[in-house]
Amino acid sequence: MTQRSTSEPRAAHATDDSVAVLRVHELACRRGDRLLFAPTSFAVASGSIVWIRGANGQGKTTLLRTLAGLASPAAGAIAWRDAPRPLYLAHANALKEDLTVAESLRFLLHLGGSRVATADVDAALDRFGLASRANAFVRTLSQGQRRRVALARLAAQRELRPWLLDEPFDALDTSGIDVLAGLIVAHARRGGSIVLTSHQALPIADPAPVTVQLHEPAFA
Amino acid sequence: MSSTFAVLVARDLRLAARRRIDAALPLAFFTVAVSLFPLGVGPEPQMLRQIAPGVVWVAALLAAMLSVTQLYASDQSDGSLEQMLLVPGGRIAIVAAKAVSHWLLTGLPLALAAPLFGLLFDLSPAAIVALVASLLLGTPVLSLLGNLGAALTLGLRSGAVLLILIIVPLCIPALIFGAGAVAAVDAGQSARGHYSLLGALLIFTALLAPIATAAALRIATE
Repeated sequence: MTQRSTSEPRAAHATDDSVAVLRVHELACRRGDRLLFAPTSFAVASGSIVWIRGANGQGKTTLLRTLAGLASPAAGAIAWRDAPRPLYLAHANALKEDLTVAESLRFLLHLGGSRVATADVDAALDRFGLASRANAFVRTLSQGQRRRVALARLAAQRELRPWLLDEPFDALDTSGIDVLAGLIVAHARRGGSIVLTSHQALPIADPAPVTVQLHEPAFA
Repeated sequence: MSSTFAVLVARDLRLAARRRIDAALPLAFFTVAVSLFPLGVGPEPQMLRQIAPGVVWVAALLAAMLSVTQLYASDQSDGSLEQMLLVPGGRIAIVAAKAVSHWLLTGLPLALAAPLFGLLFDLSPAAIVALVASLLLGTPVLSLLGNLGAALTLGLRSGAVLLILIIVPLCIPALIFGAGAVAAVDAGQSARGHYSLLGALLIFTALLAPIATAAALRIATE
């Protein structure tokens, strides 16, 4: 059983005590009676990108929900330090069919605690190429466009909150992937930290993502 | 937290306004159920006057239960509920907002429509006033308890049946004192005692149900 599962070259930097925004120690999560992955430890430095990897059903989503505070860990400890509350973007887009794109985004931003200026909403939608659809109902959008609306929250975010992104690249086309990768890199360069899951290879080279691999628990 | 509450209520009302037919369903159910009684029971005014309070109150209770089952379901399935829960102090704000918007969308319209049904059942003006007053005091109790049931049964497969089994017994005091108030006025007595008990019931429920609902929501979403 691998206890410390951060990958080699960047691991030393990522676990540096002085800059860690989030420290996870021997964390284990349960779903029902089943232990999802072997106890995992890692740290997230400010300005770093952590890529959680694991097979389907290995507990990546549960891990992110636990980090966000939506679920309690079965064992281990999670310590956030001096960070504003994380922004958690789930696999579900949290959009209502009967609201318009702009209304949905404004609602999500408001829940996120940001002051919502119309200009910010417009700029964020424009960033994802949705400026012309701002007053369209969500039910008229395709899956990829819905994903873009959900992700536009990231573009409208001024505060340096840690980002927890569950499969953010899912359903996006290549231009969408480029925009998102640009946002993630910009956030990291400003000193924000990002924890994400993705089945595809990350289109991000600098700063290099730190990989955390989830393993099968030793006993089920 | 109060701004979260206001945003959530505004959103629920806006969503209801975009789905007017769905939003009008409880009122439609109430109208149909109450209107069928004179046809089924027969047109004797004395009999109608006697059963009116009970019929209107039972129909209001069932309309409230009917509309409460989906209170959290769609927000849970599209991921909105998770985002709301992430707001600090969000759970109580969500629960309060859901109860208030449910009452604004069902309890209030039912209470406002009640005078029409009072006329249908040949109630005296004083009894109609008592009917509206008892519904205004009693329907928030139904919304608060229904809200609790919706949170308790969130994510369960036969949630609606379970909700009715759990919550209807808790609604019975509101039903008894609500219908009792109208019957008392109709019999020429004061309904003061009934109003006091309904008011006490409302305060008691408003204090405790949101806490229980927030706890139920936590269990359901973890």
